[in-house]
Amino acid sequence: MSEAGPPRRGVPPVFLERQSYRRRRVIDAARVLPLIGLMLWLIPLLWREDGAAAVRSSSAIVYLFGVWAFLVLGAVILSTRLAAQGRDGGEGEAGGGEAP
Amino acid sequence: MTMLNTLVAVCSAYALFLFAVAFGAERAALRGQATWLRSPMVYTLSLSIYCTAWTFYGAVGSAVRTGFEYLTIYLGPSLVLMGWWWILRKLVRIGRSQRITSVADLISSRYGKSNLLAVGVTILAVVGTTPYIALQLQSVTLSFEVFGVGDIATGEEKGHTALWVAAGLALFTVIFGTRNLDANERHNGVVMAIAVEAVVKLAALLAVGIFVVWGLSGGISGALEKIDGSPLGQWQIDGGRWAGLMMLSAAAFLCLPRIFQVLVVENDNETHLRTASWAFPLYLGLMSLFVVPIAVVGLEMLPEGSNPDLFVLTVPLSQGHDGLAVLSFLGGFSSATSMVIVAAIALSTMVSNHVVMPLWLRFAGGGAKVSGDVRHVVLLARRLSIIGVVMLGYLYYRLSGGGAALASIGLVSFAGVAQVLPAMLGGIFWRGASRLGALTGLTLGFGCWGYTLFLPSFGAGVFLPESWVTGGPFGIFWLRPQALFGIEGMDPLLHAVFWSLVLNTGGFVLASLASFPAPLERLQGAQFVNVFEHSTGPRSWTGKVAQAEDLMVMAQRILGARDAQLLFEREAQRQGKHGMLPEPTPDFLETLERELAGSVGAATAHAMVGQIVGGMSVSVEDLMAVADETAQMMEYSARLEAQSQELARTAAQLREANTKLTRLSVQKDAFLSQISHELRTPMTSIRAFSEILRDSTGLSPAEQSKYASIIHDEAIRLTRLLDDLLDLSVLENGQVSLNLREGLLSDVLDRAVAAAAADEHGARLRIARDAVAEQVWLNTDLDRLSQVFINLVANTRKYCDAAMPELEIRVCASDRLTIDFVDNGSGISPEAQDVIFEKFSRVSDQKAGGAGLGLAICRQIMRRLGGDISYLPGQGGAAFRVVLPADIAVAAQ
Repeated sequence: MSEAGPPRRGVPPVFLERQSYRRRRVIDAARVLPLIGLMLWLIPLLWREDGAAAVRSSSAIVYLFGVWAFLVLGAVILSTRLAAQGRDGGEGEAGGGEAP
Repeated sequence: MTMLNTLVAVCSAYALFLFAVAFGAERAALRGQATWLRSPMVYTLSLSIYCTAWTFYGAVGSAVRTGFEYLTIYLGPSLVLMGWWWILRKLVRIGRSQRITSVADLISSRYGKSNLLAVGVTILAVVGTTPYIALQLQSVTLSFEVFGVGDIATGEEKGHTALWVAAGLALFTVIFGTRNLDANERHNGVVMAIAVEAVVKLAALLAVGIFVVWGLSGGISGALEKIDGSPLGQWQIDGGRWAGLMMLSAAAFLCLPRIFQVLVVENDNETHLRTASWAFPLYLGLMSLFVVPIAVVGLEMLPEGSNPDLFVLTVPLSQGHDGLAVLSFLGGFSSATSMVIVAAIALSTMVSNHVVMPLWLRFAGGGAKVSGDVRHVVLLARRLSIIGVVMLGYLYYRLSGGGAALASIGLVSFAGVAQVLPAMLGGIFWRGASRLGALTGLTLGFGCWGYTLFLPSFGAGVFLPESWVTGGPFGIFWLRPQALFGIEGMDPLLHAVFWSLVLNTGGFVLASLASFPAPLERLQGAQFVNVFEHSTGPRSWTGKVAQAEDLMVMAQRILGARDAQLLFEREAQRQGKHGMLPEPTPDFLETLERELAGSVGAATAHAMVGQIVGGMSVSVEDLMAVADETAQMMEYSARLEAQSQELARTAAQLREANTKLTRLSVQKDAFLSQISHELRTPMTSIRAFSEILRDSTGLSPAEQSKYASIIHDEAIRLTRLLDDLLDLSVLENGQVSLNLREGLLSDVLDRAVAAAAADEHGARLRIARDAVAEQVWLNTDLDRLSQVFINLVANTRKYCDAAMPELEIRVCASDRLTIDFVDNGSGISPEAQDVIFEKFSRVSDQKAGGAGLGLAICRQIMRRLGGDISYLPGQGGAAFRVVLPADIAVAAQ
């Protein structure tokens, strides 16, 4: 592969165009979304379970599926934005680069 | 009984319908109308094989027993899909670029195409999946039982149902799962059938849920009230299991062979992941939405002691909604069948690629060079593997006898396949992960899982003696399978997951840290970890030894004649060659290997190409890929620097040569005018004086004699000039014959100095000589040698511009004889130094004495004598060094 020329990743530019910048932030958001979901779904661990003050199951259902709906909605928005920017700016991998 | 018959009829009709769907999809794909088959939605729906009968029926049962814990099984995969940018994107890209055919292939390919690892993962997958297939058969049988009259469904009857289902599934999978050999090509029929089944099971569960909520509970608020009033009314979960199972299901989602099959192998467009990232969590959410209401209503309406696992069926039945019950039954049937089909395909790919093919190649194949289509062998292996896997599941079901032991197998199986996770994630994110690490981790994890979870899951006393469970093996208390290291009170599942994954990851990391991977492993590591940077594969073959024809023979056997020829022709064209056979360049071999890997797996393909190519080498360029990016940059810039230095050197040499040529050209021009002048001057005077002699009468004899002698002198000058030219051309053409004689160097020098002085009027040149050093015997052409000396001395006389010209002749005899002529003049300018030995070269025009042939002749003579003459810079004045080879000097001593 060395004949192909210089390594493609040279010194990365310090500033990006607005479009690439937006795309990267959308990718960041896509990365953060599951972490938010994990956190929200682990919150039931803090709920009281004993006695009369225990959380009722109906509230639990509303909460858990509410989080679910919220996450799906977030994923829909992020995926459509990624798709739109992918079309505009080419499917540039440089935007995401590499998971660390 | 009529109900049962109806059900059998419905079931058969549904199965026929699925066959028709799969067949239609295959036909559409063949006609090239497959675009709708490849939509992201179909991809997402195909992922739904995650929801098996275990989740379809079992979720409600689980909700009844442990409340909301069933949700964790759906939450984990939802998070994985939503976090597709972290892992799935990379996994899918690797799967596509490396043409991965299964989980085992991924692990084996990453760790240096090791078949041992592939076999290990295959065994793990088979052990983990077989009970799961048994579970599906059980659930189908159970659901049949619900419709039949309990007494009739004896054990015999159950077995028959399961056997028929298993046989039907095996048939379907064999027909549609092995249509094409290349596992990377989509099984359009299968995928389409699965997508349809996904819709059916979702629709069935939603229908039952809607019936329960709006039909039996009076809307949403009513349903919520009912839930609060039920035994499930309060939030009660085991925190450890809530978090632990979420993690476990997420891990299993990545590692389950069937999920990997649809997620990575059957994927044909990475952008489908983007849609699946929200659509699949949505699907899972809908699947789990009505589970609790159904459970609550089932608990309320059905008699005590009903099997909660079958509430999805029994609730509609108890209300007389037979149609809904049948739909629900089809949902469960779909869940079970789609899981078995895909699992069988995934496992059979692994078994045939990593177990059967390597064995066949070794024992029956007679090497990769034998001609003859091998595809039927691969396909047969795969078909037999499918039948074997399904039948293994059936056997397991019969032997275990169904029942509760089987019901718990779902999570046990998850924990088993999750053992692949450290090796998988380590492989795609950590370059340092090594084959030894993966082996160690998998072995430890698998062993620990088997000991602490799998074997005890059969119940104490079946595989593990009861005394072991309570008192530890051989009385070693801290090795009790459900309380390792004395930690008691943990949930057995969490306990096993925790210890197996801790030991697995620990072993994996430590062994990776301590071992040194082979070059191929490091290459593959770089390829996997930096899959977004490296789009090409590693160049690992030395192409020269490979025979293109042998490769062709082999490729035809695996890819089929037409495809193989197309591939070879395309490659040949790409290389700019005519005909069929491309050069076996590393590039081509790599492409070929990857094509083959799509059919028989990376390890086997590697081994087959290896059999023909003979050896594998890792070139410097390959290792560059292994070096990290900084090193790459450094290496590259160092190479650039070296190249530019070389370029600079070449340019300097070229410039030098150019100026030399320019000078030579100038000299040639000068010489031509000089030579014509030299020739013309004597000719002119000869003509003039001969005319005088002819035309003038009355010339005195003295005048006549004077004119005649002028003519004579001029003629001699001409002759000498022509002699020189002739001499040079003779010497240059190598036609001169040497007259070898013996003599003393001092004699030769004496003669030369005398001869040179004879030309000169008034010997102004002082010559310093070393009489002792000159006593050297020579055996050479003394006349020629003396000609060189004369020339050098005469040159000094002519050109030395010192007020008191002096010439020093130094003789030095060591391994060769050198004679230096050094004068005290101003020397020769550096730019003139390298041209003075050329023909027609003269240092200055004003001191025009000869034609500029003297030194050229000297050089030719010396070369003929086996020595050389060169200019000796840095001696103060002009200095020439005459070198004679030692044998000439020594021979005569």
